[in-house]
Amino acid sequence: MSDSAALLIDFGSTYTKLRAVDLASRTLLGSGQGPSTVTTDITVGMQAALGDLEDRLGRLPGFKYRLASSSAAGGLKMVTVGLVKELTAQAARLAALGAGARLVDTFAYTLSKRDVRAIAGHVPDIILLAGGTDGGNSDVLVHNAELLSQAGLACPIIVAGNRSAADDAEDILRGAGKDVRIADNVMPALGTLDIEPARAAIRDVFIERIVHAKGLDRAKEFFDALAMPTPAAVFEAARLLSEGTGKRQGLGPLVVVDIGGATTDVYSAASGEPGEGRILQKSLPEPYLKRTVEGDLGMRHNAAAIVAAAGRDAIAALAGTPPADIDTHLERVAADVERLPAGERERGVDAALARSAIRIAVTRHAGTVKIVHTLNGPVPVQHGKDLSLVATVIGTGGALVYGRDPSLVLSGCRYSADEPDSLRPRDPALLVDENYLLYAAGLLAQAEPEAAFDLALASLVQVGEKPARKRENERHVTSG
Amino acid sequence: MTVSPARAKHTLITGVIGSDTHIVGNRILSMALEDAGYQVVALGALTPAEDFIKAAIETAADAIMVSSLYGQGELDCRGFRDLCVEAGLPDILLYVGGNLVVGKQDWEDVERRFLEMGFDRAFPPGTRTGDVIERLDREFAARADGPAR
Repeated sequence: MSDSAALLIDFGSTYTKLRAVDLASRTLLGSGQGPSTVTTDITVGMQAALGDLEDRLGRLPGFKYRLASSSAAGGLKMVTVGLVKELTAQAARLAALGAGARLVDTFAYTLSKRDVRAIAGHVPDIILLAGGTDGGNSDVLVHNAELLSQAGLACPIIVAGNRSAADDAEDILRGAGKDVRIADNVMPALGTLDIEPARAAIRDVFIERIVHAKGLDRAKEFFDALAMPTPAAVFEAARLLSEGTGKRQGLGPLVVVDIGGATTDVYSAASGEPGEGRILQKSLPEPYLKRTVEGDLGMRHNAAAIVAAAGRDAIAALAGTPPADIDTHLERVAADVERLPAGERERGVDAALARSAIRIAVTRHAGTVKIVHTLNGPVPVQHGKDLSLVATVIGTGGALVYGRDPSLVLSGCRYSADEPDSLRPRDPALLVDENYLLYAAGLLAQAEPEAAFDLALASLVQVGEKPARKRENERHVTSG
Repeated sequence: MTVSPARAKHTLITGVIGSDTHIVGNRILSMALEDAGYQVVALGALTPAEDFIKAAIETAADAIMVSSLYGQGELDCRGFRDLCVEAGLPDILLYVGGNLVVGKQDWEDVERRFLEMGFDRAFPPGTRTGDVIERLDREFAARADGPAR
């Protein structure tokens, strides 16, 4: 038993979280939690979390793997730069988000000196510089490299733009003493996305430099590898659950919604091609694995923004309370962003906020279909991903696991007739990651894919009514 | 049409502008241009003016070839050159062709209106692809010889 356990660590921004799992029985042995102490000494929070885990287990097993992810110390802060906003600049954004980054700013076209001062002010961990298709525009990539070379920036710069100009951009930046990496162009031809190489380059920089720069390696005696930012681990789990392994059949196209205190993240593992015939697809192709982050939708830091976007009266109606209660709630959470809801009324408001945040976040992530009237009659034109036939939506985050009525909250992701253009899932099974195991499964995915798959699946609990299609993933594992 | 190596240095954007789904002629033109050796970025049907220009920026295109077959071309193409100027492409070569206007109108008059809009050439219905390619070849050769743009 001693060599069949794994320890999965999440150095978060508020807590250091541990999951101990048994690889042979595919069960969660136990959980531990300590404060996040990255800003002072990361080992303090880690010791506390291990102590907590030990208290629950009686004694700690020997661990075959000890793998960690991190979203602490501001996450992986990135700035992306591209040429046309909807083309290479968007491709660069998708690459950075897909790598689990927190995007602090994005730029398009030629950078100005003011832009570069703003970039330096963000103190990013990595800059991703794209622009131009291969053989296309090279002036802007070179110009932007020139400006970045003159700035007081110590962070690595990944160049993933026009390959005809990448060497020049590299020389300029290296000549100024910058840490430069080259990756394949995020958009080698117009309308062709190739973001995996840039994502891999970001991952490499994270492991090589960021772990040390953020002081995470001071806890290195506690882990074997700190391989990725936490959102990237969740992404790995989404990919694993969707695709399955050699011996496990995957769930097929799926969506993961992670609702947090500051942001709402949406991940999709789905091609998003038109589900019905005779629909014309325009705009940039979408990556099979896509992550979007809604920085204005969060249960605590951005609760007021959810109310502003969804409407105060709508939130009150959903919560079944007078609108004045919403104002009171906003004042409370603004004063204390770690506040847990006290009493049924507050839990109801939280559920209404969470449902609205999920509805808006999934609407932004999903594509749209609109009718264009031509002389040959109406033609449906799709932009973005068609998620209408996605059969599985997985929710994670405290508002779903501990909040009231997770079924009502998560069903905010569903298509609704009042937004007929939105290609949100029509009839998905709604599952909640009850034991917060998605990140852990994502960390384990490479070393032990089948165990990781089984553990992730076992943590998913169906909420709400079953959709018409019968599903198998309803097993339930109790924590140790 | 023989393939000329000089053409491979030139990138052309093609597409059908506005709410127009008539893709066949544009597809034939795109294939002919590609066969002749040009680099072609084909945007297809239902392409807004802005998308031609965005594509031209990323690919550093030398020309934009706008097709319009449904009679609304004059409305869709209005201000096209101005958009190019705004986007930093003041000198990009602009061609337009197809059934550009509704009804039977004098071609000279139609052509004049599109040239006034800032298009470098306008082509009437029934133009052979070979004629377009010849015209492009001459235009690019003249631009290469002529004064700096």
